[in-house]
Amino acid sequence: MENTARVKSEEMVGRIDGRLMKNKVIKGIFLAATAFTTIILMVLLYRIISQGAPYLSWDFFQNFASRRPEQAGIKAAVIGTIWMMSVVIPTAAILGVGTAIYLEEYAKKSALTRWIQMNISNLAGVPSVVFGLLGLTIFVRVFGFGNTIIAAGFTMALLVLPVVIVASQEAIRAVPNELKEASFGLGATKWQTIYRVVLPYAIPGIATGSILAFSRAIGETAPLIVVGIPTFVAFLPSGYLDQFTALPMQIYNWTSRPQVEFHNLAAAGIIILLAVLILMNSVAVWIRNRFQAR
Amino acid sequence: MALTAVNSKKKPEMMEQEERLVYNTKNLNLWYGDHHALKNINLGIKEKDVTAIIGPSGCGKSTYIKTLNRMIDLVPGVKTNGTIEYRERDIFSKEFLVEELRTRVGMVFQKPNPFPKSIYENIAFGLKIHGIKNKQIINETVEKSLRGAALWDEVKDRIHEPAYGLSGGQQQRLCIARCLALEPDVILMDEPTSALDPVSTLKVEELIQELKERYSIIIVTHNMQQAARISDKTAFFLNGEVVEFDSTDTIFNSPADSRTDDYISGRFG
Repeated sequence: MENTARVKSEEMVGRIDGRLMKNKVIKGIFLAATAFTTIILMVLLYRIISQGAPYLSWDFFQNFASRRPEQAGIKAAVIGTIWMMSVVIPTAAILGVGTAIYLEEYAKKSALTRWIQMNISNLAGVPSVVFGLLGLTIFVRVFGFGNTIIAAGFTMALLVLPVVIVASQEAIRAVPNELKEASFGLGATKWQTIYRVVLPYAIPGIATGSILAFSRAIGETAPLIVVGIPTFVAFLPSGYLDQFTALPMQIYNWTSRPQVEFHNLAAAGIIILLAVLILMNSVAVWIRNRFQAR
Repeated sequence: MALTAVNSKKKPEMMEQEERLVYNTKNLNLWYGDHHALKNINLGIKEKDVTAIIGPSGCGKSTYIKTLNRMIDLVPGVKTNGTIEYRERDIFSKEFLVEELRTRVGMVFQKPNPFPKSIYENIAFGLKIHGIKNKQIINETVEKSLRGAALWDEVKDRIHEPAYGLSGGQQQRLCIARCLALEPDVILMDEPTSALDPVSTLKVEELIQELKERYSIIIVTHNMQQAARISDKTAFFLNGEVVEFDSTDTIFNSPADSRTDDYISGRFG
């Protein structure tokens, strides 16, 4: 009777083939998923590059928007995006890192801070169109900025703010407690500890997360449409209260034209946008690697 | 005062004189939330002594030493009552700033915790936060502190290299040097050798013997042999209470309380 309940090694060895089979099938499924994604991406890139590359010329960068595709360029959009980001980056970085430091280092853990935390995380998932409506109401109308750089910049800053906060919080939370103890143990104040120990340790993480968030602001179209950013701009802004257009707006405008030439121009614009995004992401990677080498 | 026993072998001339206390703990109670972690602690710690605090895990010895420089404030939900006097000043009073207390009382932690900076910057850190900017003073203090921690000869050619390149034992001596730079009065050590190998441990113990000439040292250890080797006085903590506080000789050779005897002879803990 005793033997019936016992484990039989022959039986287990007999099952090995079946287990290995399963192993292979699962691996195949994951490989197929990866291959599918990669192929779609390659097709997309191929189409864009083959369409847009011939249009990439010095004139393309030098010219403003035009009714005639051979004269249309992306100058206003590139310069406009730079102006807008010069609002987005400082606004989102100061508010985001400040909030993260307060929540992680100063705020007492209470029901209120947990509630705030939950709302910040949820805001990160709110559709960008909603931020556009917020920007339209507050910055364009209430503050009376109109559809200008400053209004669009603040709107985009709000859009990426939750991501900057969450990324900064995670970076700050990753600072080893022992290091903070060492600083406090030497009689440092809270600010000295934050400034000399916490921030230097957390900056790579904060920078990486923030740059990824900023690159989202460069690519977003919906909030700009809602805020009323024009698509056809034939001048450069000279101040933050000027009108402007941005890369995704220009691309959106070109794709909605009936002529094929404009579609190709849109593809050329997308190449520029992708190049900017890749550049920004590379900077993020570079920062991370540089500081990790310590 | 609060001291009942006097170390008869080492300093007989002290018997007549009034003993100078660096720390005098009176009726200290401490709670983590509902957990009563320290119960009615009364302890007078003498100047220039090495005072060891021993006891099994969870007995409150680490909690107590962290209370002495108020590092315990960093733990949320801690309540205390009773007093701890440092040089006759109540450390819990509003007038005694915690930054001042921690400047006068250095701390060495369980795990070596140098900053991710150079050896030099690790020691300069304490000076810089106290507003000392003079390069020459900083340079001299770095050398003096490293010599004081018996580390100078090993690192003098690479003080601008990262502290993480040092061995664990060297890192811990660097942390001691970092304390010494501020010329503290008392050095608190919370199981400073528990993460070190035997050779590094021995070096740190030798260093403690040198340091006791100039500083009062309070050391938490779960290593009873270590307490016996290096300390003048030993306090035995159990379940948040001080079971016995006496000269190390007495604690290890003729303890008054049977629980102390059981613990030091390895019957529990």
